[in-house]
Amino acid sequence: MSLPNQADQGITFDTFMEGVWRQNPVFVMVLGMCPTLAVTVSAVNGLSMGVATMFVLVSSCLLVSLIRHLVPKEVRIATYIVIIATFVTLVDYLIQAASLALYEALGAFIQLIVVNCIILGRAEAHAAKNPPLPAMLNALGMGIGFTIGLLALGGVREILGAGQLFGVSLFGASFQPWVVMVLPPGGFFVLGGWLLLFAWWARRKEVRHGA
Amino acid sequence: MSEPIETQTTPSGKMIATMALVASICGVLIVGAFEGTQDAIAENKRIMLERAVFKVLPGAASVREYAATSTGIQPLAAGAALPEGGVKFYAAYDQAGVLKGVAAEAAGKGYADVVRVLYGYDAERQVIIGIGVVSMRETPGIGDKIITDQTFLKNFEALDVRVNAELSALANAVKVVKHGSKQNAWEIDAIAGATVTSKAVGRGINESAQKLMPLLVPHIAELKS
Repeated sequence: MSLPNQADQGITFDTFMEGVWRQNPVFVMVLGMCPTLAVTVSAVNGLSMGVATMFVLVSSCLLVSLIRHLVPKEVRIATYIVIIATFVTLVDYLIQAASLALYEALGAFIQLIVVNCIILGRAEAHAAKNPPLPAMLNALGMGIGFTIGLLALGGVREILGAGQLFGVSLFGASFQPWVVMVLPPGGFFVLGGWLLLFAWWARRKEVRHGA
Repeated sequence: MSEPIETQTTPSGKMIATMALVASICGVLIVGAFEGTQDAIAENKRIMLERAVFKVLPGAASVREYAATSTGIQPLAAGAALPEGGVKFYAAYDQAGVLKGVAAEAAGKGYADVVRVLYGYDAERQVIIGIGVVSMRETPGIGDKIITDQTFLKNFEALDVRVNAELSALANAVKVVKHGSKQNAWEIDAIAGATVTSKAVGRGINESAQKLMPLLVPHIAELKS
């Protein structure tokens, strides 16, 4: 990963917006594809997975940032993983307490947030080198960017594959759902479509700036 | 690590101390979250179970957990382990406390993963009167017809699970037959195009009923209170 060195830049608008837009984890960095493709069969699933990941991301980046002068560099990865795993366990309990149906829908992918590379990447590249406030802002931006990505995928797949959005039927009874969209291949189709759209957008911007 | 050792090594003591500190903070957080959410999770699980049981036994208002073993049936305390060789089932009662029926879980290997269903059993007529899917990962649009297909669900309005005269097994094993060829009350008409999932449901119910009914039927009177 060719991320720029992000040591102590202070707080700028970019601290937050970086993850939302310029370095969007789903559409630009193409990170965390495992939950992205697997759970986004509906908008609600995508949104919940995004929010769960965001919570883990922000809390673990805060803790990593708070203890950044304390942790010897030899054991930093182990420490980060322990911290991330802790917050994932917390989220696991909270989702079970909130809704068991949602817990079953997200399945093993809640526990797998531990190995989501976005979180370890943020802890290592940003939180470990910055004070708590910018670290949290940056993590929040990344989390929102990830959530937007999952929601974009989940929304499209639910509309095409089930004719619904957030469980509300859109087209009436005559709509024949495009079932493949909620099956695994649909995840790749929709992700490919979004990546294509973003690439085309970036190219167009480049051409316009060049002219 | 291939870094030169002379430059700057952290003493092992400090590494261990840091890890211990982080681990303790994390431990406290996890214990706190567990304690804080335990009651809500237990309550959620209870509501989910009740809702599932009420769906397969219409008219029920309360549920009690029981275990059936070769020595008889006994109530199962919440969270208690199932006795060796026992079968878990739920007795459902209506507002007046009259036994509405018994529900139990069945599981069969489907197309993608194990299909788990809950079935409602009418003790008077010795028939299954409804099923509800607990969990499955079958193909959307194909395997999930077992939830929506009305002709398939009709199979479970009065599925015969009488026990034989020796009380050792079902009089007639529950069997899944080809779509449109159901003749007997103990047969299940498969969904055309979703045979594997239909068979998973049938096999699961047969397996569970073969085990549970012989243990339950002799003691059914004990539940009527």
